[in-house]
Amino acid sequence: MVPESAVSTRNISKNYGDVEALRNLSLEFPRGQLTSLLGPSGCGKTTLLKIIAGLLQPSSGEVEVNGHTVTGPGPDRAFVFQDFALLPWASVIRNVAFGLEMRGVAKSEREAIAERYIREVGLAGFEHAYPHELSGGMRQRVGLARALSVDAQVLLMDEPFSAVDEQTRRKFQEDLLGLVQNEKKTFIFVTHSIEEAVYVSDQIAILLPRPSRVSEIIRPSGFRDKGADNIRRDPEYLDIVDQIWASLRSYVE
Amino acid sequence: MPNRSLFLKILSAVILFGAWEIAGRIPVSYAFPTFLEAMGALFRMAGDGTLWTAYAETLQPLVVGVAISAVLGIAIGLWVGLSNVFDWLFSPIFIVMQAAPLAALIPLLVLAYGIGLTSKVLVVCIMAMPVIVLNTSSAVRNTPESMKEMGRAFLASELAIILKIIIPAASPVIFAGLRLGVSAGFIGAILAELKITPTGVGDIITYSRSIADYPSMYAAIFSIILLAVLFLNVLEKTETVLFKGNQRGYVSD
Repeated sequence: MVPESAVSTRNISKNYGDVEALRNLSLEFPRGQLTSLLGPSGCGKTTLLKIIAGLLQPSSGEVEVNGHTVTGPGPDRAFVFQDFALLPWASVIRNVAFGLEMRGVAKSEREAIAERYIREVGLAGFEHAYPHELSGGMRQRVGLARALSVDAQVLLMDEPFSAVDEQTRRKFQEDLLGLVQNEKKTFIFVTHSIEEAVYVSDQIAILLPRPSRVSEIIRPSGFRDKGADNIRRDPEYLDIVDQIWASLRSYVE
Repeated sequence: MPNRSLFLKILSAVILFGAWEIAGRIPVSYAFPTFLEAMGALFRMAGDGTLWTAYAETLQPLVVGVAISAVLGIAIGLWVGLSNVFDWLFSPIFIVMQAAPLAALIPLLVLAYGIGLTSKVLVVCIMAMPVIVLNTSSAVRNTPESMKEMGRAFLASELAIILKIIIPAASPVIFAGLRLGVSAGFIGAILAELKITPTGVGDIITYSRSIADYPSMYAAIFSIILLAVLFLNVLEKTETVLFKGNQRGYVSD
């Protein structure tokens, strides 16, 4: 059973001059679930995510979030950046509270909220550290706490774990599963890792390049309840990984 | 560590003044006094008030010129950095100003503005402003795109992006420009007094040279360098207080 859509994109096209980045792309993102946009580099997955975020304008087509057409960034969406995009001159707590500050939340209130989310992502004790004092993984936790603290219904994640090391990345993926279950938010997750996509997703949209289109939608169903430790051994998990690789192989030079 | 760096500072001063003293004793030239003679002259001038009267005169164009250059320079630099049109309009002016052989242009300034304070302030500004404008504008233009995007994604207004992201991100380079500009302003102030009308410190230099009182001449030159160094240190402290994170390294990876 697929829940109703929190986000839908309708016939999105995006051209950069003569280059057609996205063509006529329509996709539904079910509420409360995690949808991955998976594809080889250059397939426009980040472009699509930024269009959903309202950071880029599509050349044609429209995005709807909870029934409202997107015209720009809004309070219903929060973004986690690939390169973290932290402010190096601001402490962890100021970075996390940035979104609340921009929404005009009073200082004491936003710091209380920020502290709660800093604890939630496991950075308690680092409130007054500066980004350069943290490891890559910890910096992305700050980015995640910043996105969570504004309490948007839709969380947009642009290859959030690609800049952290493998072990940290696995821990992140496990934590993300918990987050999807507890936070009741809709997650849209861009990745180029097949294993990662299959591990964390309720729905995987496979994008093919030049111009980008959705070639396939896969909904893994069998192994989600078996616990984080067992997923990577599950036959369905392994089959889906193989199946995706088979369809992507020809697009990789 | 601060003790060590203080020790190194003192050591380098001792070496420099030692070399000066030795060079003066050889002597390398009749017109080159020893360090101790110069210091003697300095204390004599400080004691009889000559030095203070001179600085009361010299500081006028210097302070006015540096203040104008800093405020106007940063404002124009921000403007030039934020808008392509103003970049196109103003950048060439400041590049020409920076490259212009100022000493050759002073007679023109005197023709236009006379021999009073205006001309001297202008000389200070022509020396100080271009580097402040050019540094500020390039720093503003080089603000990481992802930080600005982060600002927009978290609903920052255009003004908030400028105040909370662009200016702090540009501040290290703006301050580097200020330091260079202020040093150039000191040169400009003395140049003006040597080339336009001998007043203040420029007068001490010109007059002592004409009566072959070289210790006084070098004492005056030494005092202006000392003042410049002190002022640059104050500027550095200001930066540390205003933008704490600047001393704490940068998150780039």
